[in-house]
Amino acid sequence: MVDLQERQAAAATAAASPAMHCVALSKRYGRTVALAGLTMTMPRGEVFGFLGPNGAGKTTAVKLLLGLVEPTGGEGWVLGKPVGDVPVRRRVGYLPELFRYQPWLSGAEVMRVHCELARLRRATWSEEVDRALRLVGLADRGRDRVRTYSKGMQQRLGLGVALLGSPELVFLDEPTSALDPIGRHDVRQIIHHLRERGTSVFLNSHLLTEVEMVCDRVAMIDQGRVIATGTLDELLSGSACRFRVTGLDPGQRASLASFGELDDDGEWIVIRGLSGERVPEVVQEIVGMGGRLYAVEPRHQTLEDRFLQLLGENGG
Amino acid sequence: MWEASRRKLLIAVLVLTVVVVGATGWAFYQLRYSNGPGGGAQIGEVALRVLAAQVLIFVAFLFTAVLALMSVLVAAPSISGDVESNLALGLLARPVRRSEYVFGKWLGLAALIVLYAAGSSILELIVVDWTTGYVPPRPVELIAYVSGVGLILLTLALVLSTRLAGMAAGFIPLACYFMAWVGGILGGAGEAIGNQGLIITGLVSKLLLPTDGLWRAAVYAMEPASMVATYRAAGSAIAAVPFAATDGPPPAFLVWVAIWFVAVIGLTLWSFRRREI
Repeated sequence: MVDLQERQAAAATAAASPAMHCVALSKRYGRTVALAGLTMTMPRGEVFGFLGPNGAGKTTAVKLLLGLVEPTGGEGWVLGKPVGDVPVRRRVGYLPELFRYQPWLSGAEVMRVHCELARLRRATWSEEVDRALRLVGLADRGRDRVRTYSKGMQQRLGLGVALLGSPELVFLDEPTSALDPIGRHDVRQIIHHLRERGTSVFLNSHLLTEVEMVCDRVAMIDQGRVIATGTLDELLSGSACRFRVTGLDPGQRASLASFGELDDDGEWIVIRGLSGERVPEVVQEIVGMGGRLYAVEPRHQTLEDRFLQLLGENGG
Repeated sequence: MWEASRRKLLIAVLVLTVVVVGATGWAFYQLRYSNGPGGGAQIGEVALRVLAAQVLIFVAFLFTAVLALMSVLVAAPSISGDVESNLALGLLARPVRRSEYVFGKWLGLAALIVLYAAGSSILELIVVDWTTGYVPPRPVELIAYVSGVGLILLTLALVLSTRLAGMAAGFIPLACYFMAWVGGILGGAGEAIGNQGLIITGLVSKLLLPTDGLWRAAVYAMEPASMVATYRAAGSAIAAVPFAATDGPPPAFLVWVAIWFVAVIGLTLWSFRRREI
């Protein structure tokens, strides 16, 4: 009885743990520092975008979290288990960035091999393979050899392989890099579908517009360190708004700096770091001071703007 | 197993084997007659047995070399190919231990080599028996020792495959195989003339790569008693000849072969466990 309670408590703790959490996770190759100390948390059931310029250490981080390379420092947990834990991989799916499956196998055979490796019950293999092939749009090509697949089809196959067995956490390393616009759209739909099902998705990508469209939370890394992390709303809160105003003296115009960082070129006033909710307050203030307001143009900061800004601040 | 069976290599090897066994069968059939099957006297049974054994030893030598080449060709790109193509990333991100991966590779390839060695050896022995009536005195041991040569080279290529690209992991075992063969001849020559330096060279070579020792054991398994007696009477000079053996392998050597396998497979596990992929 006690044993059962302990197991239930352990299961509850595991379920409550983040999908992924790491503290000062680092990796050195000789003198080269690939990751200088990664600290981040990915809550369960979210789509987590992992961004960074080429060579920032994104793929190394994914390999560390999957236990494919040994960290030289720090700690990490995946689904409540320390990185490198082998049994937890039954609940994890992974699409590597660059890969090549056995060209002499058919797509369905590749999937069956992975069903076996993932320790899925043999009785479920056919159903799993058919479901995954349908999900990635390869239902009518599953019996064909991988050597006859285009690059995009191989990418779809890799995605299907990663989703076998309905994993709780999926690592997708550049899943849309070889896909055409239709393929990218399909992948976005699949990611939305995974989120609806409660699957946690770790999306490693440099396609910022893609990330912006599907991710709940983002971590940006540069030179092996996290330089920003948070929800998209948190990261993009530094939005700006510009106002075309006349009829205010310089002192009155300068007083608008109380709303945010001010940039006044004489005709247009740009206020940075202004949330959307405060725009009416600015309008009221301008009108209240006797100003004549001709235009209000909120300027939404894109993830790309924010990314480049952060890289600039980080010296990148 | 299915991994290699999909490759054209296996089909090519199987077709070539059947062709070679057929060709050697014709050659063995010719041995019975002094002037071909159409005419001439049939030679005596004892002479035929010795002749058949000698030809069989040469055929087996060539077959062992082909088996060695095949073992290296299938094993050398085995792990390195998976790593280079990133196939290993997908495999090892599954609940699979690296030791399971390495053992799986070794067992699959070893089964392929042993099955091929046993199948083609049995086929050849049947053909020899059918054409000449000669059956080697220790056929099971013969198959075991010839398979052992293939397994040793497979194991060596696999351990190198954990660190080196396919080409290098294939070239090195083959070069070692031929050096070990020369080492065996030098060791035998040392025994013949009593040269300690050469004897030690032969011994070290046999310990580092026991392929030549196993080949000599296979030769002994193919020789009829009369041939062994003749070689023993010839004295120590015969030790330098790589196609003649006066004794079977000492038990200590077979124990060493077992230790060699355990050590090199252990090294393969250790090496791949530390490999960053």
